[in-house]
Amino acid sequence: MHAVITVIGKDMVGILARVSTICAENNVNVVEVTQSILHDLFAMIMMVDISKCSVPFSELSDRLSSLGDEMGLTIHTMHEDIFNSMHHI
Amino acid sequence: MINSHDILETINMIDNENLDVRTITMGISLLDCIDSDAERACGKIYDKICRYAGQLVKTGEDISKDYGIPIINERISVTPIAMIAGACPGADPIRYAKALDRAAHTVGVNFIGGYSALVHKGFGPGDYALMRSIPQALSETELVCSSVNIGTTKSGINMDAVDRMGQIVLETAKATADRDCIGAAKLVVFCNAPEDNPFMAGAFHGPGEPDCVINVGVSGPGVVRAALAKAGDCDITAVADIVKKTAFKITRMGQLVAQEASRRLCVPFGIVDLSLAPTPAVGDSVAHILEEMGLERCGAHGTTACLALLNDAVKKGGVMASSHVGGLSGAFIPVTEDAGMIRAAREGALSLTKLEAMTAVCSVGLDMINIPGDTPAEIIAAIIADEAAIGMVNSKTTAVRVIPAIGKKAGEELSFGGLLGGGPIMEVNRYSPEKFIRRGGRIPAPMQSLKN
Repeated sequence: MHAVITVIGKDMVGILARVSTICAENNVNVVEVTQSILHDLFAMIMMVDISKCSVPFSELSDRLSSLGDEMGLTIHTMHEDIFNSMHHI
Repeated sequence: MINSHDILETINMIDNENLDVRTITMGISLLDCIDSDAERACGKIYDKICRYAGQLVKTGEDISKDYGIPIINERISVTPIAMIAGACPGADPIRYAKALDRAAHTVGVNFIGGYSALVHKGFGPGDYALMRSIPQALSETELVCSSVNIGTTKSGINMDAVDRMGQIVLETAKATADRDCIGAAKLVVFCNAPEDNPFMAGAFHGPGEPDCVINVGVSGPGVVRAALAKAGDCDITAVADIVKKTAFKITRMGQLVAQEASRRLCVPFGIVDLSLAPTPAVGDSVAHILEEMGLERCGAHGTTACLALLNDAVKKGGVMASSHVGGLSGAFIPVTEDAGMIRAAREGALSLTKLEAMTAVCSVGLDMINIPGDTPAEIIAAIIADEAAIGMVNSKTTAVRVIPAIGKKAGEELSFGGLLGGGPIMEVNRYSPEKFIRRGGRIPAPMQSLKN
């Protein structure tokens, strides 16, 4: 089961490190990472495997959101089904 | 791998364009709560709602968190209470309204619909008493919504009910005059009311529905407007295509949420209602979509054509995205709930007569319109009759939700707050329809052939 973590905001040192630390702490494996610049903003997209996640998904999502608040970034953690259903027939 | 453009597009829709699932509505049948003892019936109603919907709000919040989609409301619709109250003719129907209100508070939903009567062909047991109690019920409860169906394409229009409803709308506004007449904002008079509508204030659980069902209403006018803005100067064929594609994406999200809610609550999935439902928030307006199509203001000549295109394209895009579509499906035009309509009404660009024309091609009807407090009941009844006639002849749902602003005149404003918004009071035509309304009787069902 996969989830997508997106990080949008101003580029700075340690974004990838801190997001992946939270993943590692909760036994979430990072499957793929892409990053790009969107409207002058840093945008990172991580595909992660949450099937062995040690906490409920909503808790992981909360932890990442609060990291986002702390770093001044917008972090969304969403189940991959939402993208599959919206963009694929 | 999911395309990163798609991911960012979805996130942009949620963060900047107000994409959300407007409501997860659980429909609950109360037919097995009928009892000749009203007290016992109310006890059964309270227990059944709490048993079935106890986890509804929590499930909505969980899904919202898991998928990262805002889910704005969880609501309940129930069997029209007139059908339940008919079993105890001596009892005051108010006690049913209070039982619904208590249950809604206990399970934490923000509205419960179904204080309703279906009287399109005549009054059954319980109907008349329930209608008479609506002003008191809506003033003494907080979360209960009421609706009355007074006409259908197959049976015509019950003009006795229309006459009564004109008075009831006015009395409901008077009973809540101290709260900006909010009671009338929770009362809808329908023609061709759908039995599976998840949207308030007109939601009820029709007698043909299963014991319990999950219906989902999507939203997203902001997303449609942004997509049109991005497209720039394209022709109107391209505009229709953009609306269709956007509606498809929005509805897929609604379908996913509906299926997930149905799975988690172990309740069958009913329908997705493909509606563009505006809110007073900036960037969440149906009027702004029409303006994006090329009108200076909503209400200008051309508005009806733009709305017809929008309403149709939303359905075409949405139908393929969902396995079951129903409810009101289309574009809503509630004046006080739409920032663009509020502005157009304030500036005089949008009139009641133009709104009436728009209702012939939109999904509902004259919705959330403030009218002067001294409007006579028969004029309100005649507004209802006109609107019902449009619905009856065109085989579509129409409705009237007008709010007589007691003690106020055209040009002044009412403010309800929250999703109900607020806005200016619009003038009505003051010539009297009294003799027509007082005749009573039924307008016969229209021809279904010789369509001209």
